[in-house]
Amino acid sequence: MEVNTNQLSLKADLIRLFEDNSDVLLAGETTEMIMHRKKAFELFRQNGFPNTKMEKWRNTDLSAAIKENYHIYFDPAFLEGIDLKTIFQCNIPSLVTDVISQLNGWFVSENGSLKKTQDGVIIGSLQAAKKHHADIVNQYLHSIANIEKNSLIALNTAFAIDGTFIYVPDNVHVEIPMQMVNIIRHYRNIFIQNHNLIILGRNARLQLLQCDDSVDQQRSVTNTVTEVFIGENSSLDHYKLQNKNNNSTFINSAFFNLEKNARLLTNGITLNGGMIRNDIHVTLNGEHAEANIMGVYLMDGSQHVDNQVFVDHAYPNCFSNELFKGILDDSASAVFNGHILVRRDAQKTNAYQNNKNILLTDKATVNTMPFLEIYADDVKCSHGTTIGQLDQNALFYLKSRGIGDDNARLLLMYAFAAEVINYIGIEPLRIRVDDMVKKRLRGELSICDQCVLHCSSKEKPVHFEIDMSKI
Amino acid sequence: MENNQIIEQVTSGEYKYGFYTDIEMDMAPKGLNEDIIRFISQKKSEPDWLLEWRLKAYRHWLTMKQPNWGHLNIPPIDYNDIIYYAAPKSKKELQSLDEVDPELLATFNKLGISLEEQKRLSGVAVDAVMDSVSVKTTFSKTLEKHGIIFCSFSEAVQKHPDLVRKYMGSVVPYTDNYFAALNSAVFTDGSFCYIPKGVRCPLELSTYFRINAANTGQFERTLIIGDEESYVSYMEGCTAPQRDENQLHAAVVEIVAMKDAYVKYSTVQNWYPGNKQGEGGIYNLVTKRGICRGANSKISWTQVETGSAITWKYPSCILMGDNSVGEFYSVAVTNNYQQADTGTKMIHLGKNTSSTIISKGISAGFSNNSYRGLVKIVRKAENSRNFTQCDSLLLGDKCGAHTFPYIHDENKSSIVEHEATTSKISEDQLFYLQQRGISEESAIGLIVNGYAREVLKQLPMEFAVEAQKLLSISLEGSVG
Repeated sequence: MEVNTNQLSLKADLIRLFEDNSDVLLAGETTEMIMHRKKAFELFRQNGFPNTKMEKWRNTDLSAAIKENYHIYFDPAFLEGIDLKTIFQCNIPSLVTDVISQLNGWFVSENGSLKKTQDGVIIGSLQAAKKHHADIVNQYLHSIANIEKNSLIALNTAFAIDGTFIYVPDNVHVEIPMQMVNIIRHYRNIFIQNHNLIILGRNARLQLLQCDDSVDQQRSVTNTVTEVFIGENSSLDHYKLQNKNNNSTFINSAFFNLEKNARLLTNGITLNGGMIRNDIHVTLNGEHAEANIMGVYLMDGSQHVDNQVFVDHAYPNCFSNELFKGILDDSASAVFNGHILVRRDAQKTNAYQNNKNILLTDKATVNTMPFLEIYADDVKCSHGTTIGQLDQNALFYLKSRGIGDDNARLLLMYAFAAEVINYIGIEPLRIRVDDMVKKRLRGELSICDQCVLHCSSKEKPVHFEIDMSKI
Repeated sequence: MENNQIIEQVTSGEYKYGFYTDIEMDMAPKGLNEDIIRFISQKKSEPDWLLEWRLKAYRHWLTMKQPNWGHLNIPPIDYNDIIYYAAPKSKKELQSLDEVDPELLATFNKLGISLEEQKRLSGVAVDAVMDSVSVKTTFSKTLEKHGIIFCSFSEAVQKHPDLVRKYMGSVVPYTDNYFAALNSAVFTDGSFCYIPKGVRCPLELSTYFRINAANTGQFERTLIIGDEESYVSYMEGCTAPQRDENQLHAAVVEIVAMKDAYVKYSTVQNWYPGNKQGEGGIYNLVTKRGICRGANSKISWTQVETGSAITWKYPSCILMGDNSVGEFYSVAVTNNYQQADTGTKMIHLGKNTSSTIISKGISAGFSNNSYRGLVKIVRKAENSRNFTQCDSLLLGDKCGAHTFPYIHDENKSSIVEHEATTSKISEDQLFYLQQRGISEESAIGLIVNGYAREVLKQLPMEFAVEAQKLLSISLEGSVG
């Protein structure tokens, strides 16, 4: 089933759609879940979309995106007959992954909607998991995505039906990295809301690669919520590759819950995207938990990226480290808001926060807000932030060695970004990202990378009719 | 643990400056309305334009709501339960100290800031403001010789209306914020200072503000103008008597620095912080802002904040002139149930502007101490530079130290650096000092004084001594 927003404001349309289709949206849910989602809907009805008068949204303006009309799918019927391989194929040499694909926010099943390996690892569609693994899903789903503070989370909770579900049982080390590929391809504006649920039991281990791509220039709004539970002694490496078109608005909220001795590395590589907002909430919910939260963003044109990182040190002896680096060209803008909360009894906390930015032009803008909120005395917390430009001395040094100005600049920018990229633990992926960053810095990388048509640029209009039957 | 004991012992120190001077008051009735504002204006025989300005501010204030975005818990304030005007009934202009009410002099003596002492030893001209009306001005003759105007705000309104009219509200307009609007409507007095072109003020100018009678909000307004190529160092210090009811203090300070001028503003704030249970104490909700209007001008803020139940202020610099410099040095100490949300704003508009922010927060007891600062560099501010360092020290495990920096940069040739750390007193340092025979309490005092040294050394000599004393009293009471 598919619907369009067309009448009043997007908010009013969504409210109408929820009320008209609540039977479809809430089908098969437990009573508790229905209550929760209805409550979320009420919260959205009250608060609507965030606006720039709100402290957390001061520098990220959604108003242009929510003025448009969108197409919304309430079921994945459109997937019928689509072969995802013809749309998108990951071409990282020698990277072996288990691919989990989503098209327009819906799980694409190749061999059934749920797969269970010998180890007991379950991978598949969230919608199917709700049916077949209700015991697991109901225990975790919506439990850490707080709907009270952010109306977009509430909106997602009310609307999202499908998404990716990953369950790694106790004592299982998943050797092959999993790759969640979320692709957007549509013939008109589309509004996507999906919900991912990732659960690691005790002593488990997982490497997860999350790729968000669009394969055309169509306008889209994506409001994704991902809930991640990392059990005792478990470890998760999470890499995000964001390479989306300039007409996309991508709101990516991720909640991580770490138990005792759990370890998290989340590394977000933002290469392209019209407006990207990453809301990362990390709760260190047991002693000796460790979280590394990294990000690098390379923006140009009028792209906008907003990284909001909230780290909650709820237990003593935990460690967190945030490192975000960005290079901004043209009239791109970036926002960083790191917030470390050290609760009253979270003694012996070590928490670090660093945001470094390079501005390449006078039109680029950076807003950075590294917050510390500390209620315990025996802690080591620091935050640092710098905004500057390429080091003239370093530039001169390189040039004096016979390296041209352009290359010298590239080299320095690459070195700047490499600090974050070097944290990538999957070798082929690191090489690939490395390569992509280099390309990106040269201005060669976009989603049209592999295409010769240049349909996105007005200077090179392309019209040709090919009779496929003759080829 | 012994350490805890000492902290407890020290943190239980009582406020030492709590006493109350009984002087006959001339009061307005409680409440706030246009008639009260007319009453204040009439009491002070103000010109019509000023009354109009006050009324405009009041009408604007009525349309505003009290802000609540600070990391503070402010109990609701009943603005109609405040006496907006209270003046000591002094009748004639005084020529010497002998004529000053002896009770008032005794108050100052108890504070350890006797006028004679100040006059003789430090050569400081003191304009003592007691309950909103200036009582005594010394050294006026020296200042007169240089053409420096240093008087109470009401006197300036009478004698130099053109200057007041030209600059008042030019840095902090009455529309600026809720408390600035309130102040603009009901301010009773304050200080006014004008340094003419090319004059280097030979004295450290200083005023002591005190909040005296019960239930009177203090709404002073300070205006400092440094004309071209001038220099002045201005100091302000405060202590207030102990009282149970909360008192509101919403002051406005405006500084204008013209071309090549340098204005240095130092303050020590030690108003009544409330008792150990967090009852009473002053609400210090102040708007302080300076503008470097001309090229090469400089404004420097130094503050030592130890008092008040709630402190909410951001002494700021607008760096408009090219090559202008803004500085902010701050030590904020909170103890018991005190709350502070303080910091600065550096707004870079001119080319080659630079700013430095050094902030040291110390929290003890159940207090919450926040640094909040904005560094804004606009597109045109080429080659501008900012360095920010804000450190927090936590003493005890029931307090909070928070840092909320906002950095907004639109210019590629600018360099902005921010660093901050939060920690507690290092065991090693403590051990080292104790091992040398220094008692734990003195050792902690020493370490904290060392921690705050960077800021304290910015204070003028006369103030540095008092500030250190204050810090040790609060530290004796706070850091412990």
